[in-house]
Amino acid sequence: MTAYGQPANPMLRSERRWALFFLAPSLIGFLAFTLLPVVTSLGLSFVKWNLIRPPEFAGVDNYVRALRDPMFWRVLKNTAVYALGTVPSAMVLSLALALALNQKIRGVTLFRGLYYLPVVAPMVAVTMVWRWLYNANFGVINYVLSLVGLPAVPWLTSTRWALPSVIIMSVWKSLGSGMVIYLAGLQGIPQHLYDAAAVDGANAWQRFRHITLPMLATTTFFVMVTSVISSFQVFGQIFVLTRGGPANASSTMVYYIYQNGFQSFRMGYASALSWLLFAAVFVFTLIQFGAQRERVFYE
Amino acid sequence: MSSDGDTVARARLFNLRITPVGMARGLLYLVLIAGAALALVPFVWMVSTSLKRLPEVARWPIQWIPSDPQWQNYATVFSHVPFLRFYANTAFVTLLRTSGLLVTSCMAGYAFARLRFPGRDAIFLIYLGTMMVPGQVTLIPRFITMRLLTWIDTYQALIVPGVFSAFGVFLMRQFFMGIPRSLDDAAILDGANHFDIFRRVCVPLSTPAIATLIIFAFVGSWNDFLWPLVITNSVEKLVLSVGLSHFQDLYYTEWTLLMAASVMAMAPVLAIYVLAQRYFVQGIALTGIKG
Repeated sequence: MTAYGQPANPMLRSERRWALFFLAPSLIGFLAFTLLPVVTSLGLSFVKWNLIRPPEFAGVDNYVRALRDPMFWRVLKNTAVYALGTVPSAMVLSLALALALNQKIRGVTLFRGLYYLPVVAPMVAVTMVWRWLYNANFGVINYVLSLVGLPAVPWLTSTRWALPSVIIMSVWKSLGSGMVIYLAGLQGIPQHLYDAAAVDGANAWQRFRHITLPMLATTTFFVMVTSVISSFQVFGQIFVLTRGGPANASSTMVYYIYQNGFQSFRMGYASALSWLLFAAVFVFTLIQFGAQRERVFYE
Repeated sequence: MSSDGDTVARARLFNLRITPVGMARGLLYLVLIAGAALALVPFVWMVSTSLKRLPEVARWPIQWIPSDPQWQNYATVFSHVPFLRFYANTAFVTLLRTSGLLVTSCMAGYAFARLRFPGRDAIFLIYLGTMMVPGQVTLIPRFITMRLLTWIDTYQALIVPGVFSAFGVFLMRQFFMGIPRSLDDAAILDGANHFDIFRRVCVPLSTPAIATLIIFAFVGSWNDFLWPLVITNSVEKLVLSVGLSHFQDLYYTEWTLLMAASVMAMAPVLAIYVLAQRYFVQGIALTGIKG
């Protein structure tokens, strides 16, 4: 049998025909709606096009323009602040929850179900609820603050609190997914390691520090990479809570791409921005891979 | 004496003993319950507000259980916006997207798991590679493709791009790989072709993976926001997520109605979640990490 010719074996030949049959529906859609768009997106990032006049080749102008665009740096910074605000805190909290739920306690399924609920709830509907929670005059959050004697915070209307508001809500929304993954990771740690440590007289903190944490390294890495990637893509919360405001204080990369592409119809510029977003995500992921190679312990 | 016995019995009942371990355990429950309360407060507040009169929502201290529940708030939502239309659109789009995605993913998963053809592993790797590209990168070209097809503001545009999923193919391939080939061989001896093996052996044996995929596709489609936001503009084509955000712009002070609308938008997803919770957890285990 040659690599690409017709195989002599009739069974292999029939397998190829079946493969075409089984693969075609998915492959056509994959080419049309994923692979081709990825390629054209790169092409689009080198043109100027407002959908009305024909596209004009612009070389690297869109990229140069982005690098000189103060708003680009602004939204990039906001996105980084958002990622730094959500990822580590959500990771620590979800690990703590997973550790608590990994004990022999009653109602594990119920607790796990409750903590995961926000993850499943539709973003737009849930964000509308949070807008109401954040309401400066009547919201629950300021109400609770008033109970402990703190002044009301203008959550969504101040440049200082808009982004933190989005961060707090996102931590609440994403906590459950990290928790479930950590729980799966915890259940994969062999009990004999803890037994051996107990024989050596290790205390709870030492067992956590020297067994649990190292054994969870791959899980932690997975949670971190996927959370960073999804935090760079934040959109729904921003759109519903603040529309990027006030004064762009909470505008992020994807929100800026949306504004350029679908409000100003700068297709080329928006494509270039989306590639810069991809580059940023990619660089962050590579950095994490690099850090992981040094630290992660594989059994 | 008897009250002492009661206390001990009660302590036993809640698995609490007045020892350091017991106290730690009590503290653990306390933290877990407090956490669960925090997770739930927004939902409780949403339902509570949806049943209030507008003047009541501004009243402090907060009344968690409205004294006179205003069920008609729910009906009012339907008279203010074509909510039924949004609902029907979302259900229609979600149904077709989910079933389409299921068919394409299972079929392609079978090809990658069971059939030998040139370039198989390379194609599969490309599938996996695109899972890493953020959806926003393909957003604009997909929009332009829809424009070329004159599909802007149509159901096709809401449905068709959503029926292909590299993730779904990956999930089904992994699952089919785990089904012993001896079952295929037995079927082949009985004269079965690949479509028979697919339909009678692999698919029926993959219910857990299929259930997981259905649920993820359903929730993903129901909750989808950015794509419907850019691709539709007429009221007749809006899905719930986009319709809700327009509703919010129009009635931004009508908190009771906004919350009633949120409750209704969430209900199907939350119902599915409660009924099929184990498949969510399973899905995370299937797609997440091993060890």
